[in-house]
Amino acid sequence: MALDKNDIAKRIAQELQNGFYVNLGIGIPTLVANYVPKYIEVEFQSENGVLGMGPFPLAGEEDADLINAGKQTISTLAGASFFDSATSFGMIRGKHIDLTVLGAMQVDQSGAIANWKVPGKLVKGMGGAMDLVASADNIIVAMMHSDRQGNPKLKTKCTLPLTGVNCVKRIVTNLAVIDVTAAGFQLVERAPNVVVQEIQKATEGHLIIPQEVPEMQLEY
Amino acid sequence: MITKTVADVSDALQGIESGKTLMLGGFGLCGIPENLIKAIADSPFNEFTCISANVGVDDFGLGLLFQKKKIKTLIGSYVGENREFERQMLSNEIKVVLTPMGTLAEKCRAAQMGIPAFYTPAGYGTEVAEGKEIRSFQSKNYLLEEAYQADFALIKAWKGDTTGNLIFRGTAKNFNAVMSGAAKITVVEVEHLLPVGALDPNDIHTPGIFVDRIFQGATYEKRIENRTLRTI
Repeated sequence: MALDKNDIAKRIAQELQNGFYVNLGIGIPTLVANYVPKYIEVEFQSENGVLGMGPFPLAGEEDADLINAGKQTISTLAGASFFDSATSFGMIRGKHIDLTVLGAMQVDQSGAIANWKVPGKLVKGMGGAMDLVASADNIIVAMMHSDRQGNPKLKTKCTLPLTGVNCVKRIVTNLAVIDVTAAGFQLVERAPNVVVQEIQKATEGHLIIPQEVPEMQLEY
Repeated sequence: MITKTVADVSDALQGIESGKTLMLGGFGLCGIPENLIKAIADSPFNEFTCISANVGVDDFGLGLLFQKKKIKTLIGSYVGENREFERQMLSNEIKVVLTPMGTLAEKCRAAQMGIPAFYTPAGYGTEVAEGKEIRSFQSKNYLLEEAYQADFALIKAWKGDTTGNLIFRGTAKNFNAVMSGAAKITVVEVEHLLPVGALDPNDIHTPGIFVDRIFQGATYEKRIENRTLRTI
């Protein structure tokens, strides 16, 4: 059974380590904050200028001066801090952020990512995505394996305008966990009850399939 | 003390005319200079080049300037929340320069700090790199990006004193703090204008030297773009 968006977030949350500073992009990545294992401490950064971001506020506690990069109202946790945009991207560019999770339209087997523009159709801008992918050492892409038309989003080569090159290390989709290696897409785990052939069929580009492909463990 | 106060928004905008380059603080609708934007929307001037991370929504923030067709060139980063802007962009009525957000912030900071240009890895290998100098440091590739040249920086702070010292609130610090002093003239509107001495020097985020004009904003709507709540 393919994962839903919450399960993708749950699987990515397993990549969090105690003491990590984490930047979560808009969409599925935002959901990762809901599944932080109880036994570790992490801090979430939002590039508009806050570290120590907490959950969405209760009704009546929302504050126009307190938002995340998706312009949603947020709260802060004890130990939080605010800073300007240059400082915020200094944290990113200076590799002080330990893990970046972001969405993508396409990822290719060289680790290039496209997630900001569909020429002639959709131009929302790159926001902080180009800074994040150019600087972070530890980038996980959270996305569906195929687009709405059923086309593979894991490609031999991205066809959409790029956000960055040689940057994606790991991809978690509704079907699989896949690492980007020098030899191609390395299949690491499959979603519960999803067979390898289904992953292969939905993947363009070179998929390296080991003899044993373990199933993701989502309940723990 | 040196006094930076001006009486109102129209005094604050002395010297603004068509074709000027404006930096506008704020992220989304958070920390935008509401009073200055409204005054420019109501002015007879147009053909502005605006440097702003985002473009507001259709009927608020920078959206008011697009409604009135005041903007000729937009230099921004994330522009997905304003349909009138999108229409003007797709019909080539305006010129749009999309810039990685960290690069945009640093181009402001460089202008503020007197640094003409800097290298950043953001955009390497993408269309953002087209026509830019590329240089390798420790076997990683970087683009040369230049500081912005702007005529006015339009800033919003939470508290300020009459000599221009500023304190921001929450995530409204964003581009306001890096655009202060980054243009020829920095104009600041504040929610609370206080006499000199009322602010503790330990608490100042932006020293008054970066500010040329300061005034108390008449009203603040402080609209929330994406009100998201939890229930428990």
